[in-house]
Amino acid sequence: MKSLAELQAIREKMQGQIGIRREAQCSTRVVVAMGTCGIASGARAVLNALSEAVIEKKVAGVAVVQTGCIDLCQYEPVVEVFADGKEKVTYVNMTPEKANEVVEKHLIGGQVVTEYTLASAAK
Amino acid sequence: MMTELSLNVLDIVENSVSAKASFISISIEANTEADTILIEINDNGCGMASEQLKKVTDPFFTTRTTRNVGLGVPFFKQSAEMTGGSFSINSEVGKGTEIKAVYVLSSIDRFPLGNICLTIHQLILMHQECDFLYRYCYDDKEFTLDTREFRAILGGILFDTPDVSAYIKSYLADNTDEVNAGKPVI
Repeated sequence: MKSLAELQAIREKMQGQIGIRREAQCSTRVVVAMGTCGIASGARAVLNALSEAVIEKKVAGVAVVQTGCIDLCQYEPVVEVFADGKEKVTYVNMTPEKANEVVEKHLIGGQVVTEYTLASAAK
Repeated sequence: MMTELSLNVLDIVENSVSAKASFISISIEANTEADTILIEINDNGCGMASEQLKKVTDPFFTTRTTRNVGLGVPFFKQSAEMTGGSFSINSEVGKGTEIKAVYVLSSIDRFPLGNICLTIHQLILMHQECDFLYRYCYDDKEFTLDTREFRAILGGILFDTPDVSAYIKSYLADNTDEVNAGKPVI
């Protein structure tokens, strides 16, 4: 069985670093809809892909969070990006692959991935 | 329907979080001799009055005002009952809710448990305001994860700190593999 000693070692390594909710310091919030409709459509994998990519690529100022059903059930999995001073972007019918592309192009590169947005899907 | 039982668990626990629970226990118990998988979820959230409890398995009942369907509990109930198993839910206002689903392990209609480690990892990281007690048991072997224990060791360090998140992920994966060793995938 994996021991708790490893966790103690992490604590010792990080001694003095008090936990501060990073979300409050972030200028961009990436919100994944995790209602029943979202979960049934694959939102868990999308949330995981976004969280992992943001950590792995060390994307600064971005918090990945979740919410419940946002009433776009037919477009699930849905991801909304709220950035300070910018219009909200709603990505629909998301997959882990699309989520990685959004991290790369939008969150890092600053370019909205237009073809995955609600505006494109609704056309 | 959810294609994995672990997705039902995620969905139901999200309800517990919405009900302002500060402590949620999740137990998965597979027993090949009894041919069952028992999933129990208990929370100390706001609970439900008996009138609300009577309607909670009705897909056309929800406490939300944005829409008029609530499928989480009906999906969970249906997924258990379609295997020949059973489902029960008890709740008390101010005390919390207890849900128990029993699946017939060998039923062809049973969805696989799926990626329960990802479900638990995501719940812990996304709801750091809650404590979780997770127990996974397969026949004679089991392990538990108690976030209160983790919190006591970590002091103020958050669960979504990359090193801690990676530790929780491997704690779940390694211990699950050890419990599952040599047994059929459920």
